Amino acid sequence: MNEKGILMKEFRHLTDVTTLTFDSEKCVGCRLCTVVCPHGVFEMNGKQARLLDRNGCMECGACALNCPSAAITVTPGVGCAAYIIQSWIKGKENAACGPGGGCC
Amino acid sequence: METEKSPGCDCTPQPPKTPAPVTLLGQMPAAEAVADDEPCCGPPAGPQSGPDERPGYAIQGFVENFLTTPAGKVPRVKTRLGPTDILGTVLTRVGIGRNDYKIAPGIYAVGKPDQAAPVLVTANYKLTFDHVRRELGGQNVWLLVLDTRGINVWCAAGKGTFATGELVKRIIETGLEKVVSHRRVIVPQLGATGVASKKVRKLSGFKVVWGPIRAADIIDFLENDLKADRKMRTVTFTIVERLVLVPVEISLVLKPALWVLLALFILSGIGPGIFSLSGAWERGLWAASALLLGILSGAGLAPLLLPWIPGTTFASKGILTGLVLVLPAAIAAGLTEGMAGFLALMFMAAALSSYMAMNFTGTSPFTSPSGVEKEMRRYIPIQAGMAVCGLVLWIGSAF
Repeated sequence: MNEKGILMKEFRHLTDVTTLTFDSEKCVGCRLCTVVCPHGVFEMNGKQARLLDRNGCMECGACALNCPSAAITVTPGVGCAAYIIQSWIKGKENAACGPGGGCC
Repeated sequence: METEKSPGCDCTPQPPKTPAPVTLLGQMPAAEAVADDEPCCGPPAGPQSGPDERPGYAIQGFVENFLTTPAGKVPRVKTRLGPTDILGTVLTRVGIGRNDYKIAPGIYAVGKPDQAAPVLVTANYKLTFDHVRRELGGQNVWLLVLDTRGINVWCAAGKGTFATGELVKRIIETGLEKVVSHRRVIVPQLGATGVASKKVRKLSGFKVVWGPIRAADIIDFLENDLKADRKMRTVTFTIVERLVLVPVEISLVLKPALWVLLALFILSGIGPGIFSLSGAWERGLWAASALLLGILSGAGLAPLLLPWIPGTTFASKGILTGLVLVLPAAIAAGLTEGMAGFLALMFMAAALSSYMAMNFTGTSPFTSPSGVEKEMRRYIPIQAGMAVCGLVLWIGSAF
């Protein structure tokens, strides 16, 4: 853990790619995003949440799903190459994770 | 009937017993029934069928016995894994039967839970279930197993089977409200991708408490007043966690790899004399080594050394490990096949290793779909280019 409390710093992928947005004006300060995020992307700043580490986001969607005031948006998805290739060819609706359940 | 000597039974026939008095319901007095069941000979018979055995059902090996609750009988599970569980884990980890390794959803008990005992929610992937119960030695808790179609919590949450609807349905169908007096379920944090806690409460009356990510932290979490620290809430990707994933990664490419292998042997036979069978064999072995080393690099070396390989993308890391791993074989091939042969092996292994490493993004717990797509748009053309260069150089090296 480094000085800002960010774990997983040794694992970093491309930066500035996430679809995550946070509207602090809508935040009601319930803390749920700071609880459910597996990468510590949010932290509490007084009575509101704030984005601590946007590039740590892996777009799992847990924060947005559990945000009671829709202050968070993100396009969640499957980060698996087989799925993405299929979504290019067949479109997002018909894509699957490989024939044998390739990734997860 | 008892006077008849049964086949293979070499003891003296028993004298006929007086028929047991038959009661109105056709039941024999218990003492008589037991006496009647004495085996005539041979090793003593095994135990009688228990009251929990029902026609058409088999009691799982991980079930110790059954607890009676207001919602019916609940299996009490062992917290130590048996040989069958361990064998199942090993097979699953190498990719055998991995897509059909599940247990029945519903309520299970650990220890001697009462109405106040906590309820832990988990997935019905047996690997997950085993992992959880193994960490619960000495605890008295209820396990509510969701039907995730045999998929782990996080992946199932992403796929929508470990979800709000399934949790609510399972709470209601199992009659959880009769089993416990409180209204609280502890859901693993990674389930939050599929479970909206406020909705669960609205629909079922049960409050979701977000539990730790790792099963190993459950006891600490329970003892710490259901509070998780930052470490319990953050995913890790340690070398051991990566190592156990490697066999499945390799098993998934074995089948397509066999076809590529066949194609490589055929291509290796092309030469000045149009096609040579001995060329196919001798040169084919070099090409096969590039294939094998490319797979080992992309599905093994790159994932294992992931944080220490320079670069940001998995694809570029795969190129590096592929080149390093194939170098000795490429040099050896270059001695007989020339510069073109050397370069061909380097290109082929790098292309394959890069592609395989890129696929590992789907297994890693930190890449975002947006990031992976960007990486793929950048590297698939490079991988295709390297593969074509490798194949052209390889055919050319025969002339």
